[in-house]
Amino acid sequence: MIYDALIGPFTEFEFMRRALAAVIALSLAGAPIGVFLMLRRMSLVGDAMAHAILPGAAVGFLLSGLNLFAMTAGGLVAGFAVAILAGVVARSTGLKEDASLATFYLASLALGVTIVSIKGTNIDLLHVLFGNILAMDDQTLLVVAFNATVTLLVLAVIYRPLVIESVDPLFLRTVSRAGGPAHLAFLALVVINLVNGFQALGTLLAVGLMILPAGIARFWSRDLTVMICIAVVAAAVSGYAGLVLSFQTRVPSGPAIILVATVLYIVSVLFGRVGGIVRQLFPGRHLEA
Amino acid sequence: MAAALHFHNVTLGYDRHPAVHHLNGEVAAGALVAVIGPNGAGKSTLLRGIVGILRPLDGSIHLGGLDSRDIAYLPQSAEIDRSFPISVFDFVGTGLWRDAGLFGGIGKAAREKILRAIASVGLNGFENRPIGTLSGGQMQRILFARVLLQDARLIVLDEPFNAIDSKTTADLLALVKHWHGEGRTVLAALHDMEMVRNHFTETLVLARGPVAWGPTAEVLTPENLLVAMRMCEAFDDSATACAEDGRSRAA
Repeated sequence: MIYDALIGPFTEFEFMRRALAAVIALSLAGAPIGVFLMLRRMSLVGDAMAHAILPGAAVGFLLSGLNLFAMTAGGLVAGFAVAILAGVVARSTGLKEDASLATFYLASLALGVTIVSIKGTNIDLLHVLFGNILAMDDQTLLVVAFNATVTLLVLAVIYRPLVIESVDPLFLRTVSRAGGPAHLAFLALVVINLVNGFQALGTLLAVGLMILPAGIARFWSRDLTVMICIAVVAAAVSGYAGLVLSFQTRVPSGPAIILVATVLYIVSVLFGRVGGIVRQLFPGRHLEA
Repeated sequence: MAAALHFHNVTLGYDRHPAVHHLNGEVAAGALVAVIGPNGAGKSTLLRGIVGILRPLDGSIHLGGLDSRDIAYLPQSAEIDRSFPISVFDFVGTGLWRDAGLFGGIGKAAREKILRAIASVGLNGFENRPIGTLSGGQMQRILFARVLLQDARLIVLDEPFNAIDSKTTADLLALVKHWHGEGRTVLAALHDMEMVRNHFTETLVLARGPVAWGPTAEVLTPENLLVAMRMCEAFDDSATACAEDGRSRAA
């Protein structure tokens, strides 16, 4: 009975195994990026960038239908374009970067939905907005895995400057010029992972599997390495449980995954060891030192 | 002795507005220099110019043969994001960047160096504490530990004794004097005139430009301090281009 509910779907159906593999790849790469987004106070920047990808992916869709490569390429181009344009507008006009990003992503979202609806049906629009991890073929899975691998390798290269730039940017600038390139590489990783998540979760939820696990991890550890590990596990568990939920109840897979992550988040907010609400209400007797 | 630092008509500032005007002079290698002046006098700006974070609007700063890696900089602690989850050990360890860089391993010898640096600022046993749990004085101590680890010939300290108690100040000041004794060049932005008078051989009084610079006993006079106090803090959006010293402007 339990076997049928929790493991059966994956032994029985190829598309469920592919979806599980995809969601684990997404967790391995996306969750660490999410942790850095959160610690650098850029969570909403990630969200805004996710919307920015839409018109590019939509143009890809317009040109070649639901073709993964066209949509991914379009998404990457659009994501980078918006990231750079928002940065340029912010630097040359004194408008705060988040404000200029908000403008760009609203415009992008409107543009993207318009483009999709010119050619596609409402089903297509739903697919673009919320993804469909269950429709993943081998090719898509390979692309997702490739992007995840690249992400982890690049993250390993920029890890030290990224950490030091987050804690003490002035110090880093006195010992190295790596801060700027590391920040740009990090933004590129954000876009790559959003495009990656886009296949599975759609534009609106792609950032969910990055930010929610990071938020969960924050409530369980004060150590960066541990936080990253917790975030990866939380993302993978949400992915697995979301797939099972989706399979058993016919809820769309993307929202199911994000809802499970949300439940984990709420549990963490309540019971987390670091700053959880219950812990604050009942801290126990104070210590000697 | 050869100069460790040479200022040639340096103007530093932000967005074309100068914070330090037309500074000339040099710092001898091995000197112990206090930079004093009221808030907004340009002390931090000058130090940022020296360590290469800020490029001069005009003029130049020569580092007398020193590489930028020969400089250790202690920023004001307000610039540090202490909510970031990093341990005291890792934070101090960033002082080894020159040796370790992007990928270099932190071996046994390096670990011991880090532990020694933490111990020599009196924070034995704090290695695994997140920096967010430290007091102001403890944070200042680990900043000094990092400078210690950087083993640099030029040490630049931005208000290193702000808001810390007398015991910590005494400990850290002893470290500064130790560095001076080892022949390193030390520049520190300071507010405590008594400390400057008693411990620093040379003083630069700054008030958006040099007011006086020389041996502390000669420079730290009531007259000079009064001039510095009266400094104009104006930041004028409609200011015209500075015409003083056309020679460097024409160049």
